[in-house]
Amino acid sequence: MSQPYLSISRVDMAFTRGGVTNPVLKDVNLDIQRGEYISLIGHSGCGKSTVLNIVAGLLRATSGGVIVDGREVNSPGPDRALVFQNHSLLPWLTVYQNVEIAVQKIFKGKRSAAEQRDWILHNLDMVSMSHALDRLPAEISGGMKQRVGIARALAMEPKVLLLDEPFGALDALTRAHLQDEVMRIQSELQNTVMMITHDVDEAVLLSDRIVMMTNGPSATIGQVLDIDLPRPRDRLELADDARYTHYRHEVLSFLYEKQRKVEPIARARARAPEAAARSAGGLRA
Amino acid sequence: MSNTTSIAGPAPAAVPPPPAWRSHAAAFAQYFTRHALPPLVVMGLLVGIWELLCRAPGAALPPPSQVIADTWELIVEPFFDNGGNDVGLAWQILASLERVAYGYLLAVIAGVSLGVLVGQSTWALRGLDPIFQVLRTVPPLAWLPISLAGFQDSNPSAIFVIFITAIWPIIINTSVGIRNIPEDYRNVARVIRLNGVEYFWKIMLPAAAPYIFSGLRIGVGLSWLAIIAAEMLIGGVGIGFFIWDAWNASRISDIILALVYVGVVGFLLDRTVAWVGKRVTRGTSPA
Repeated sequence: MSQPYLSISRVDMAFTRGGVTNPVLKDVNLDIQRGEYISLIGHSGCGKSTVLNIVAGLLRATSGGVIVDGREVNSPGPDRALVFQNHSLLPWLTVYQNVEIAVQKIFKGKRSAAEQRDWILHNLDMVSMSHALDRLPAEISGGMKQRVGIARALAMEPKVLLLDEPFGALDALTRAHLQDEVMRIQSELQNTVMMITHDVDEAVLLSDRIVMMTNGPSATIGQVLDIDLPRPRDRLELADDARYTHYRHEVLSFLYEKQRKVEPIARARARAPEAAARSAGGLRA
Repeated sequence: MSNTTSIAGPAPAAVPPPPAWRSHAAAFAQYFTRHALPPLVVMGLLVGIWELLCRAPGAALPPPSQVIADTWELIVEPFFDNGGNDVGLAWQILASLERVAYGYLLAVIAGVSLGVLVGQSTWALRGLDPIFQVLRTVPPLAWLPISLAGFQDSNPSAIFVIFITAIWPIIINTSVGIRNIPEDYRNVARVIRLNGVEYFWKIMLPAAAPYIFSGLRIGVGLSWLAIIAAEMLIGGVGIGFFIWDAWNASRISDIILALVYVGVVGFLLDRTVAWVGKRVTRGTSPA
Protein backbone atom coordinates (compact mmCIF):
# COMPACT_ATOMS: atom_id res chain seq x y z
CA MET A 1 0.00 0.00 0.00
CA SER A 2 1.28 3.44 -0.89
CA GLN A 3 2.08 6.15 1.63
CA PRO A 4 -1.25 7.52 2.95
CA TYR A 5 -2.21 11.01 1.83
CA LEU A 6 -3.60 11.97 5.20
CA SER A 7 -2.40 10.24 8.28
CA ILE A 8 -3.66 10.70 11.82
CA SER A 9 -1.34 8.94 14.19
CA ARG A 10 -1.63 8.26 17.88
CA VAL A 11 -3.65 11.39 18.58
CA ASP A 12 -4.61 12.00 22.19
CA MET A 13 -6.61 15.03 23.21
CA ALA A 14 -7.48 16.28 26.64
CA PHE A 15 -9.08 19.55 27.65
CA THR A 16 -8.14 21.01 30.98
CA ARG A 17 -10.56 23.37 32.59
CA GLY A 18 -10.33 24.60 36.14
CA GLY A 19 -7.66 22.03 37.05
CA VAL A 20 -9.83 19.13 35.88
CA THR A 21 -8.44 17.25 32.90
CA ASN A 22 -11.04 15.73 30.65
CA PRO A 23 -9.68 13.15 28.19
CA VAL A 24 -11.62 13.40 24.95
CA LEU A 25 -9.62 11.32 22.46
CA LYS A 26 -7.36 8.40 23.14
CA ASP A 27 -5.00 6.91 20.58
CA VAL A 28 -6.81 7.80 17.36
CA ASN A 29 -5.11 6.32 14.28
CA LEU A 30 -6.39 6.68 10.74
CA ASP A 31 -4.82 6.61 7.29
CA ILE A 32 -6.68 8.08 4.33
CA GLN A 33 -5.70 7.58 0.71
CA ARG A 34 -5.82 10.30 -1.90
CA GLY A 35 -9.29 10.73 -3.38
CA GLU A 36 -10.98 8.78 -0.63
CA TYR A 37 -14.28 9.87 0.89
CA ILE A 38 -14.30 9.12 4.62
CA SER A 39 -17.18 9.60 7.03
CA LEU A 40 -16.70 9.90 10.75
CA ILE A 41 -19.75 8.77 12.64
CA GLY A 42 -20.50 8.47 16.33
CA HIS A 43 -22.83 9.70 19.04
CA SER A 44 -22.77 13.37 19.84
CA GLY A 45 -20.06 14.32 22.28
CA CYS A 46 -17.78 11.47 21.19
CA GLY A 47 -15.13 13.81 19.85
CA LYS A 48 -15.66 13.58 16.08
CA SER A 49 -15.55 17.34 15.77
CA THR A 50 -12.39 17.40 17.83
CA VAL A 51 -10.74 15.01 15.36
CA LEU A 52 -11.80 17.23 12.47
CA ASN A 53 -10.59 20.38 14.20
CA ILE A 54 -7.22 18.76 14.86
CA VAL A 55 -6.89 17.87 11.16
CA ALA A 56 -7.96 21.42 10.29
CA GLY A 57 -5.31 22.76 12.64
CA LEU A 58 -7.81 24.77 14.69
CA LEU A 59 -6.98 22.61 17.70
CA ARG A 60 -3.62 21.12 18.64
CA ALA A 61 -3.55 17.52 19.79
CA THR A 62 -2.20 16.90 23.27
CA SER A 63 0.02 14.24 21.76
CA GLY A 64 0.37 12.55 18.41
CA GLY A 65 0.02 14.32 15.10
CA VAL A 66 -1.48 14.68 11.66
CA ILE A 67 0.43 14.50 8.37
CA VAL A 68 -1.14 15.71 5.13
CA ASP A 69 0.75 15.00 1.90
CA GLY A 70 4.03 14.56 3.73
CA ARG A 71 3.72 17.67 5.89
CA GLU A 72 2.83 17.89 9.55
CA VAL A 73 -0.22 19.97 10.42
CA ASN A 74 0.40 22.61 13.03
CA SER A 75 -1.84 25.50 12.01
CA PRO A 76 -5.00 26.04 9.96
CA GLY A 77 -4.59 26.58 6.24
CA PRO A 78 -6.44 26.59 2.94
CA ASP A 79 -5.02 23.17 2.00
CA ARG A 80 -7.49 21.78 4.57
CA ALA A 81 -10.61 23.76 3.71
CA LEU A 82 -13.44 23.47 6.18
CA VAL A 83 -17.19 23.54 5.55
CA PHE A 84 -18.84 24.47 8.81
CA GLN A 85 -22.11 23.07 10.04
CA ASN A 86 -23.74 26.48 10.20
CA HIS A 87 -22.19 27.61 6.89
CA SER A 88 -20.45 30.59 8.60
CA LEU A 89 -20.75 32.90 5.64
CA LEU A 90 -19.90 36.49 6.44
CA PRO A 91 -23.30 38.23 6.54
CA TRP A 92 -22.06 41.58 5.24
CA LEU A 93 -20.61 40.07 2.06
CA THR A 94 -22.56 38.90 -0.98
CA VAL A 95 -22.43 35.31 -2.23
CA TYR A 96 -19.72 36.27 -4.71
CA GLN A 97 -17.71 38.23 -2.15
CA ASN A 98 -17.85 35.37 0.34
CA VAL A 99 -15.95 33.20 -2.10
CA GLU A 100 -13.83 36.10 -3.28
CA ILE A 101 -12.43 36.83 0.19
CA ALA A 102 -10.82 33.38 0.21
CA VAL A 103 -9.75 33.34 -3.45
CA GLN A 104 -8.21 36.80 -3.25
CA LYS A 105 -6.12 35.86 -0.26
CA ILE A 106 -4.99 32.44 -1.45
CA PHE A 107 -4.24 33.23 -5.10
CA LYS A 108 -2.86 36.73 -4.60
CA GLY A 109 0.10 37.09 -6.94
CA LYS A 110 -0.48 33.63 -8.41
CA ARG A 111 -3.47 34.36 -10.61
CA SER A 112 -4.59 37.52 -12.39
CA ALA A 113 -7.77 39.34 -11.36
CA ALA A 114 -9.59 37.94 -14.38
CA GLU A 115 -8.46 34.39 -13.61
CA GLN A 116 -9.56 34.81 -10.00
CA ARG A 117 -12.95 36.06 -11.15
CA ASP A 118 -13.39 33.11 -13.51
CA TRP A 119 -12.37 30.75 -10.74
CA ILE A 120 -14.91 32.21 -8.30
CA LEU A 121 -17.66 31.99 -10.91
CA HIS A 122 -16.63 28.45 -11.84
CA ASN A 123 -16.92 27.26 -8.24
CA LEU A 124 -20.23 28.99 -7.65
CA ASP A 125 -21.47 27.48 -10.88
CA MET A 126 -20.43 24.02 -9.69
CA VAL A 127 -22.80 24.32 -6.69
CA SER A 128 -25.49 25.90 -8.92
CA MET A 129 -25.36 29.28 -7.24
CA SER A 130 -24.41 31.53 -10.16
CA HIS A 131 -27.91 32.97 -10.24
CA ALA A 132 -27.50 34.62 -6.82
CA LEU A 133 -24.06 36.22 -6.97
CA ASP A 134 -25.15 39.55 -5.52
CA ARG A 135 -27.44 38.24 -2.83
CA LEU A 136 -26.57 38.58 0.83
CA PRO A 137 -26.57 35.45 3.00
CA ALA A 138 -29.68 36.69 4.82
CA GLU A 139 -31.54 36.69 1.53
CA ILE A 140 -30.94 33.05 0.57
CA SER A 141 -32.15 29.76 2.06
CA GLY A 142 -30.18 27.51 4.40
CA GLY A 143 -29.43 25.02 1.64
CA MET A 144 -28.13 27.79 -0.61
CA LYS A 145 -25.91 29.12 2.17
CA GLN A 146 -24.39 25.70 2.60
CA ARG A 147 -23.78 25.51 -1.16
CA VAL A 148 -21.87 28.77 -0.99
CA GLY A 149 -19.92 27.41 1.98
CA ILE A 150 -18.99 24.38 -0.13
CA ALA A 151 -18.04 26.60 -3.09
CA ARG A 152 -15.82 28.68 -0.83
CA ALA A 153 -14.07 25.55 0.43
CA LEU A 154 -13.67 24.06 -3.07
CA ALA A 155 -12.31 27.37 -4.38
CA MET A 156 -9.37 27.03 -2.00
CA GLU A 157 -8.23 23.96 -4.00
CA PRO A 158 -7.75 22.02 -0.78
CA LYS A 159 -5.73 18.85 -0.48
CA VAL A 160 -8.32 17.63 1.98
CA LEU A 161 -11.89 18.86 2.19
CA LEU A 162 -13.23 18.79 5.74
CA LEU A 163 -17.00 18.74 6.18
CA ASP A 164 -18.34 19.28 9.70
CA GLU A 165 -21.91 17.95 9.61
CA PRO A 166 -22.45 19.95 6.44
CA PHE A 167 -26.09 18.96 6.01
CA GLY A 168 -27.04 18.73 9.68
CA ALA A 169 -29.01 21.96 9.79
CA LEU A 170 -31.01 21.32 6.61
CA ASP A 171 -34.43 19.77 6.05
CA ALA A 172 -34.55 16.22 4.66
CA LEU A 173 -35.35 17.12 1.05
CA THR A 174 -32.73 19.85 0.77
CA ARG A 175 -30.24 17.52 2.44
CA ALA A 176 -30.84 14.75 -0.10
CA HIS A 177 -30.49 17.22 -2.92
CA LEU A 178 -27.19 18.56 -1.61
CA GLN A 179 -25.86 15.06 -0.97
CA ASP A 180 -26.45 14.22 -4.63
CA GLU A 181 -24.70 17.43 -5.58
CA VAL A 182 -21.70 16.61 -3.41
CA MET A 183 -21.50 13.10 -4.96
CA ARG A 184 -21.53 14.62 -8.44
CA ILE A 185 -18.81 17.14 -7.56
CA GLN A 186 -16.80 14.41 -5.88
CA SER A 187 -16.93 12.20 -9.00
CA GLU A 188 -15.68 15.19 -11.00
CA LEU A 189 -12.91 16.44 -8.75
CA GLN A 190 -11.83 13.26 -6.90
CA ASN A 191 -11.18 15.23 -3.72
CA THR A 192 -9.98 13.69 -0.52
CA VAL A 193 -12.85 14.27 1.87
CA MET A 194 -13.36 13.79 5.56
CA MET A 195 -16.93 14.30 6.69
CA ILE A 196 -18.53 14.26 10.10
CA THR A 197 -22.10 13.07 10.31
CA HIS A 198 -24.60 11.37 12.53
CA ASP A 199 -26.80 10.35 9.67
CA VAL A 200 -26.32 6.65 8.89
CA ASP A 201 -27.85 6.83 5.39
CA GLU A 202 -25.73 9.81 4.51
CA ALA A 203 -22.59 8.02 5.63
CA VAL A 204 -23.32 4.86 3.62
CA LEU A 205 -24.42 6.76 0.54
CA LEU A 206 -21.45 9.09 0.30
CA SER A 207 -18.47 7.28 1.75
CA ASP A 208 -15.79 4.90 0.60
CA ARG A 209 -15.14 4.08 4.24
CA ILE A 210 -17.06 4.76 7.41
CA VAL A 211 -15.06 5.35 10.55
CA MET A 212 -17.11 4.63 13.65
CA MET A 213 -16.10 6.16 16.93
CA THR A 214 -16.66 4.81 20.41
CA ASN A 215 -18.30 6.93 23.08
CA GLY A 216 -16.24 9.36 25.10
CA PRO A 217 -14.50 10.09 27.36
CA SER A 218 -11.28 8.76 25.82
CA ALA A 219 -13.08 8.06 22.56
CA THR A 220 -11.26 6.27 19.80
CA ILE A 221 -11.98 4.53 16.52
CA GLY A 222 -14.10 1.47 17.21
CA GLN A 223 -14.58 0.04 13.76
CA VAL A 224 -13.89 0.92 10.13
CA LEU A 225 -16.34 -0.23 7.50
CA ASP A 226 -15.44 -0.40 3.80
CA ILE A 227 -18.37 0.57 1.61
CA ASP A 228 -17.96 -1.41 -1.57
CA LEU A 229 -20.79 0.02 -3.63
CA PRO A 230 -20.30 1.01 -7.27
CA ARG A 231 -20.37 4.68 -8.20
CA PRO A 232 -22.26 6.65 -9.31
CA ARG A 233 -24.66 5.73 -6.55
CA ASP A 234 -28.36 6.33 -6.77
CA ARG A 235 -30.31 6.63 -3.54
CA LEU A 236 -33.46 5.07 -5.04
CA GLU A 237 -31.72 2.01 -6.46
CA LEU A 238 -29.65 1.55 -3.32
CA ALA A 239 -32.72 1.54 -1.13
CA ASP A 240 -33.43 -2.04 -2.27
CA ASP A 241 -29.80 -3.11 -2.58
CA ALA A 242 -28.91 -5.93 -0.20
CA ARG A 243 -25.34 -4.68 0.31
CA TYR A 244 -26.59 -1.19 1.13
CA THR A 245 -28.97 -2.61 3.71
CA HIS A 246 -26.18 -4.71 5.13
CA TYR A 247 -23.79 -1.72 5.52
CA ARG A 248 -26.55 0.31 7.04
CA HIS A 249 -27.25 -2.47 9.50
CA GLU A 250 -23.56 -2.71 10.39
CA VAL A 251 -23.37 0.96 11.28
CA LEU A 252 -26.66 0.90 13.16
CA SER A 253 -25.66 -2.10 15.20
CA PHE A 254 -22.36 -0.45 16.07
CA LEU A 255 -24.11 2.72 17.20
CA TYR A 256 -27.08 1.20 18.98
CA GLU A 257 -25.78 -2.12 20.28
CA LYS A 258 -22.05 -1.92 20.80
CA GLN A 259 -21.92 1.79 21.65
CA ARG A 260 -25.33 2.32 23.14
CA LYS A 261 -25.49 5.69 24.76
CA VAL A 262 -27.40 5.18 27.98
CA GLU A 263 -24.91 6.17 30.57
CA PRO A 264 -25.48 9.94 30.62
CA ILE A 265 -29.23 9.51 31.05
CA ALA A 266 -28.74 7.11 33.96
CA ARG A 267 -26.24 9.49 35.47
CA ALA A 268 -28.58 12.45 35.07
CA ARG A 269 -31.36 10.53 36.82
CA ALA A 270 -29.05 9.61 39.65
CA ARG A 271 -27.98 13.21 39.99
CA ALA A 272 -31.45 14.75 39.89
CA PRO A 273 -32.60 14.09 43.47
CA GLU A 274 -29.20 15.12 44.72
CA ALA A 275 -29.43 18.47 42.90
CA ALA A 276 -32.93 19.05 44.20
CA ALA A 277 -31.73 18.43 47.74
CA ARG A 278 -28.85 20.85 47.20
CA SER A 279 -31.02 23.67 45.90
CA ALA A 280 -33.47 23.17 48.76
CA GLY A 281 -30.57 23.40 51.18
CA GLY A 282 -29.46 26.61 49.49
CA LEU A 283 -32.88 28.11 49.99
CA ARG A 284 -32.93 27.26 53.65
CA ALA A 285 -29.53 28.81 54.18
CA MET B 1 -77.43 29.54 -6.80
CA SER B 2 -77.42 33.18 -7.75
CA ASN B 3 -74.75 33.72 -5.11
CA THR B 4 -72.35 31.24 -6.64
CA THR B 5 -72.73 32.68 -10.11
CA SER B 6 -71.97 36.16 -8.93
CA ILE B 7 -68.80 34.93 -7.13
CA ALA B 8 -67.64 32.91 -10.10
CA GLY B 9 -68.51 35.68 -12.56
CA PRO B 10 -65.67 37.40 -14.44
CA ALA B 11 -66.15 40.64 -12.50
CA PRO B 12 -62.41 41.44 -11.85
CA ALA B 13 -61.50 41.07 -15.53
CA ALA B 14 -64.22 43.50 -16.54
CA VAL B 15 -62.60 46.39 -14.62
CA PRO B 16 -59.97 48.10 -16.81
CA PRO B 17 -56.57 48.54 -15.14
CA PRO B 18 -56.33 52.02 -13.58
CA PRO B 19 -53.89 54.50 -15.14
CA ALA B 20 -50.43 54.64 -13.57
CA TRP B 21 -50.83 58.10 -12.00
CA ARG B 22 -53.95 56.95 -10.23
CA SER B 23 -52.29 53.96 -8.61
CA HIS B 24 -49.39 56.20 -7.53
CA ALA B 25 -51.83 58.64 -6.03
CA ALA B 26 -53.62 55.80 -4.27
CA ALA B 27 -50.34 54.50 -2.86
CA PHE B 28 -49.42 57.98 -1.66
CA ALA B 29 -52.82 58.47 -0.07
CA GLN B 30 -52.49 55.15 1.70
CA TYR B 31 -48.99 56.02 2.96
CA PHE B 32 -50.23 59.40 4.11
CA THR B 33 -53.19 58.05 6.08
CA ARG B 34 -51.08 55.33 7.68
CA HIS B 35 -47.86 57.13 8.55
CA ALA B 36 -48.27 60.90 8.32
CA LEU B 37 -51.80 61.38 9.54
CA PRO B 38 -51.52 60.00 13.11
CA PRO B 39 -48.61 62.25 14.18
CA LEU B 40 -50.25 65.26 12.53
CA VAL B 41 -53.52 64.65 14.36
CA VAL B 42 -51.80 64.17 17.72
CA MET B 43 -49.65 67.25 17.19
CA GLY B 44 -52.67 69.32 16.27
CA LEU B 45 -54.42 68.18 19.45
CA LEU B 46 -51.44 69.00 21.65
CA VAL B 47 -50.97 72.44 20.12
CA GLY B 48 -54.71 73.04 20.58
CA ILE B 49 -54.50 72.15 24.28
CA TRP B 50 -51.45 74.38 24.68
CA GLU B 51 -53.29 77.25 22.98
CA LEU B 52 -56.30 76.83 25.29
CA LEU B 53 -54.21 76.62 28.44
CA CYS B 54 -52.02 79.63 27.70
CA ARG B 55 -54.52 81.98 26.11
CA ALA B 56 -55.91 83.09 29.44
CA PRO B 57 -54.60 86.52 30.47
CA GLY B 58 -51.77 86.27 33.00
CA ALA B 59 -50.53 82.90 31.75
CA ALA B 60 -46.82 82.41 32.44
CA LEU B 61 -46.06 80.98 28.99
CA PRO B 62 -47.19 82.33 25.60
CA PRO B 63 -49.68 80.32 23.50
CA PRO B 64 -48.46 78.97 20.11
CA SER B 65 -50.16 81.75 18.16
CA GLN B 66 -48.27 84.30 20.26
CA VAL B 67 -44.98 82.39 19.77
CA ILE B 68 -45.31 82.49 16.00
CA ALA B 69 -46.24 86.17 16.00
CA ASP B 70 -43.30 87.06 18.27
CA THR B 71 -40.71 85.03 16.39
CA TRP B 72 -41.93 85.57 12.85
CA GLU B 73 -38.81 87.52 11.92
CA LEU B 74 -36.55 84.74 13.21
CA ILE B 75 -38.52 82.12 11.33
CA VAL B 76 -38.54 83.83 7.95
CA GLU B 77 -34.98 85.13 8.13
CA PRO B 78 -32.75 82.37 9.47
CA PHE B 79 -29.59 83.73 7.81
CA PHE B 80 -29.40 87.39 8.89
CA ASP B 81 -26.10 88.56 10.32
CA ASN B 82 -25.90 91.76 12.34
CA GLY B 83 -22.48 90.94 13.72
CA GLY B 84 -21.53 89.56 17.14
CA ASN B 85 -24.12 87.27 18.70
CA ASP B 86 -26.96 88.85 16.74
CA VAL B 87 -27.20 86.34 13.92
CA GLY B 88 -30.01 84.20 12.47
CA LEU B 89 -31.05 80.90 13.99
CA ALA B 90 -29.52 78.93 11.11
CA TRP B 91 -26.08 80.39 11.97
CA GLN B 92 -26.64 79.66 15.66
CA ILE B 93 -27.44 76.02 14.91
CA LEU B 94 -24.60 75.67 12.43
CA ALA B 95 -22.15 77.01 15.03
CA SER B 96 -23.37 74.39 17.49
CA LEU B 97 -23.24 71.67 14.84
CA GLU B 98 -19.66 72.60 14.03
CA ARG B 99 -18.61 72.11 17.66
CA VAL B 100 -20.51 68.82 17.77
CA ALA B 101 -18.85 67.71 14.52
CA TYR B 102 -15.32 68.27 15.87
CA GLY B 103 -15.96 66.75 19.28
CA TYR B 104 -17.97 63.84 17.90
CA LEU B 105 -15.46 62.96 15.17
CA LEU B 106 -12.64 62.90 17.71
CA ALA B 107 -14.81 60.72 19.95
CA VAL B 108 -15.52 58.33 17.06
CA ILE B 109 -11.83 57.91 16.23
CA ALA B 110 -10.67 57.57 19.82
CA GLY B 111 -13.72 55.59 20.92
CA VAL B 112 -13.55 52.96 18.18
CA SER B 113 -9.77 52.57 18.66
CA LEU B 114 -10.08 52.17 22.42
CA GLY B 115 -13.07 49.89 21.96
CA VAL B 116 -11.07 47.63 19.65
CA LEU B 117 -8.20 47.58 22.13
CA VAL B 118 -10.45 46.71 25.06
CA GLY B 119 -12.38 44.19 22.96
CA GLN B 120 -9.25 42.43 21.77
CA SER B 121 -7.05 42.39 24.83
CA THR B 122 -8.20 40.94 28.11
CA TRP B 123 -5.39 42.78 29.85
CA ALA B 124 -6.56 46.13 28.47
CA LEU B 125 -10.12 45.26 29.49
CA ARG B 126 -9.10 44.54 33.05
CA GLY B 127 -6.95 47.65 33.24
CA LEU B 128 -9.21 50.16 31.54
CA ASP B 129 -12.75 48.97 32.18
CA PRO B 130 -12.95 50.12 35.83
CA ILE B 131 -11.69 53.57 34.80
CA PHE B 132 -14.26 53.77 31.99
CA GLN B 133 -17.06 52.65 34.26
CA VAL B 134 -16.28 55.43 36.76
CA LEU B 135 -15.59 58.21 34.27
CA ARG B 136 -18.65 57.55 32.14
CA THR B 137 -20.92 58.42 35.06
CA VAL B 138 -19.46 61.93 35.37
CA PRO B 139 -22.07 64.36 33.98
CA PRO B 140 -20.91 66.25 30.87
CA LEU B 141 -21.05 69.70 32.46
CA ALA B 142 -18.84 68.60 35.34
CA TRP B 143 -16.01 68.38 32.79
CA LEU B 144 -16.46 71.98 31.69
CA PRO B 145 -14.60 73.81 34.48
CA ILE B 146 -11.62 71.48 34.30
CA SER B 147 -11.44 71.74 30.52
CA LEU B 148 -11.71 75.55 30.71
CA ALA B 149 -8.81 75.46 33.13
CA GLY B 150 -6.86 73.22 30.81
CA PHE B 151 -7.57 74.85 27.45
CA GLN B 152 -7.87 78.48 28.66
CA ASP B 153 -10.38 79.03 25.86
CA SER B 154 -14.11 78.44 25.55
CA ASN B 155 -14.37 76.83 22.11
CA PRO B 156 -11.92 73.93 22.64
CA SER B 157 -13.48 73.41 26.06
CA ALA B 158 -16.93 72.96 24.52
CA ILE B 159 -15.49 70.55 21.95
CA PHE B 160 -13.79 68.61 24.73
CA VAL B 161 -17.08 68.32 26.62
CA ILE B 162 -18.71 66.86 23.49
CA PHE B 163 -15.81 64.48 23.05
CA ILE B 164 -15.85 63.21 26.62
CA THR B 165 -19.64 62.82 26.55
CA ALA B 166 -19.86 60.88 23.31
CA ILE B 167 -16.86 58.62 23.75
CA TRP B 168 -18.13 56.22 26.47
CA PRO B 169 -21.02 54.57 24.63
CA ILE B 170 -18.79 54.28 21.55
CA ILE B 171 -16.01 52.55 23.49
CA ILE B 172 -18.34 50.23 25.35
CA ASN B 173 -20.41 49.19 22.33
CA THR B 174 -17.37 48.69 20.14
CA SER B 175 -15.69 46.45 22.68
CA VAL B 176 -18.85 44.41 23.16
CA GLY B 177 -19.12 44.05 19.38
CA ILE B 178 -15.53 42.86 19.10
CA ARG B 179 -16.01 40.39 21.93
CA ASN B 180 -19.12 38.98 20.30
CA ILE B 181 -17.54 38.16 16.95
CA PRO B 182 -18.60 34.54 16.38
CA GLU B 183 -15.85 31.97 16.72
CA ASP B 184 -16.73 30.76 13.20
CA TYR B 185 -15.68 34.04 11.61
CA ARG B 186 -12.34 33.79 13.39
CA ASN B 187 -11.98 30.23 12.15
CA VAL B 188 -12.73 31.27 8.58
CA ALA B 189 -10.03 33.91 8.89
CA ARG B 190 -7.59 31.36 10.29
CA VAL B 191 -8.28 28.82 7.53
CA ILE B 192 -7.65 31.36 4.76
CA ARG B 193 -4.76 32.79 6.81
CA LEU B 194 -5.71 36.44 6.98
CA ASN B 195 -3.01 38.49 8.67
CA GLY B 196 -3.70 40.95 11.47
CA VAL B 197 -4.39 43.96 9.27
CA GLU B 198 -6.60 41.99 6.88
CA TYR B 199 -8.47 40.47 9.81
CA PHE B 200 -9.07 43.92 11.27
CA TRP B 201 -10.52 45.42 8.07
CA LYS B 202 -12.25 42.40 6.56
CA ILE B 203 -13.65 40.58 9.56
CA MET B 204 -13.40 42.53 12.80
CA LEU B 205 -14.77 45.93 11.79
CA PRO B 206 -17.65 44.66 9.63
CA ALA B 207 -18.59 42.00 12.18
CA ALA B 208 -18.67 44.55 14.99
CA ALA B 209 -20.26 47.28 12.85
CA PRO B 210 -23.85 46.81 14.09
CA TYR B 211 -22.65 47.26 17.68
CA ILE B 212 -20.35 50.13 16.77
CA PHE B 213 -23.20 51.96 15.09
CA SER B 214 -25.51 51.59 18.04
CA GLY B 215 -22.74 53.20 20.11
CA LEU B 216 -22.36 55.95 17.52
CA ARG B 217 -26.09 56.64 17.64
CA ILE B 218 -26.18 56.94 21.40
CA GLY B 219 -23.03 59.08 21.19
CA VAL B 220 -24.46 61.58 18.72
CA GLY B 221 -27.60 61.98 20.82
CA LEU B 222 -25.56 62.63 23.95
CA SER B 223 -23.32 65.15 22.14
CA TRP B 224 -26.32 67.16 21.09
CA LEU B 225 -27.63 67.09 24.66
CA ALA B 226 -24.29 68.24 26.00
CA ILE B 227 -23.62 71.03 23.51
CA ILE B 228 -26.76 72.96 24.45
CA ALA B 229 -25.84 72.89 28.12
CA ALA B 230 -22.17 73.67 27.51
CA GLU B 231 -22.95 76.63 25.26
CA MET B 232 -25.22 78.14 27.88
CA LEU B 233 -22.15 78.46 30.06
CA ILE B 234 -19.47 79.42 27.55
CA GLY B 235 -21.41 82.04 25.54
CA GLY B 236 -20.69 83.16 21.98
CA VAL B 237 -22.62 82.11 18.88
CA GLY B 238 -24.54 78.85 19.31
CA ILE B 239 -28.07 77.69 19.91
CA GLY B 240 -27.38 76.96 23.58
CA PHE B 241 -26.26 80.48 24.34
CA PHE B 242 -29.11 81.83 22.21
CA ILE B 243 -31.55 80.13 24.60
CA TRP B 244 -29.75 81.49 27.65
CA ASP B 245 -29.61 84.95 26.14
CA ALA B 246 -33.33 84.84 25.33
CA TRP B 247 -34.06 83.85 28.93
CA ASN B 248 -32.04 86.78 30.25
CA ALA B 249 -33.98 89.10 27.92
CA SER B 250 -37.32 87.42 28.85
CA ARG B 251 -38.00 86.46 25.22
CA ILE B 252 -39.88 83.28 26.06
CA SER B 253 -41.19 82.86 22.51
CA ASP B 254 -37.63 82.77 21.17
CA ILE B 255 -36.80 80.01 23.64
CA ILE B 256 -39.74 77.93 22.50
CA LEU B 257 -38.80 78.33 18.84
CA ALA B 258 -35.19 77.40 19.63
CA LEU B 259 -36.36 74.27 21.48
CA VAL B 260 -38.32 73.16 18.42
CA TYR B 261 -35.21 73.61 16.28
CA VAL B 262 -33.00 71.79 18.76
CA GLY B 263 -35.41 68.87 18.81
CA VAL B 264 -35.64 68.66 15.03
CA VAL B 265 -31.86 68.86 14.59
CA GLY B 266 -31.29 66.20 17.25
CA PHE B 267 -33.78 63.96 15.51
CA LEU B 268 -32.08 64.49 12.15
CA LEU B 269 -28.64 63.73 13.65
CA ASP B 270 -29.94 60.46 15.08
CA ARG B 271 -31.60 59.48 11.79
CA THR B 272 -28.48 60.35 9.81
CA VAL B 273 -26.23 58.12 11.90
CA ALA B 274 -28.83 55.34 11.75
CA TRP B 275 -29.04 55.71 7.98
CA VAL B 276 -25.27 55.62 7.54
CA GLY B 277 -25.15 52.57 9.80
CA LYS B 278 -27.77 50.81 7.77
CA ARG B 279 -25.91 51.52 4.55
CA VAL B 280 -22.52 50.49 5.91
CA THR B 281 -23.69 47.28 7.56
CA ARG B 282 -26.01 46.41 4.66
CA GLY B 283 -29.07 46.16 6.80
CA THR B 284 -27.57 44.02 9.54
CA SER B 285 -27.74 47.04 11.87
CA PRO B 286 -31.19 48.03 13.16
CA ALA B 287 -32.28 51.48 11.99
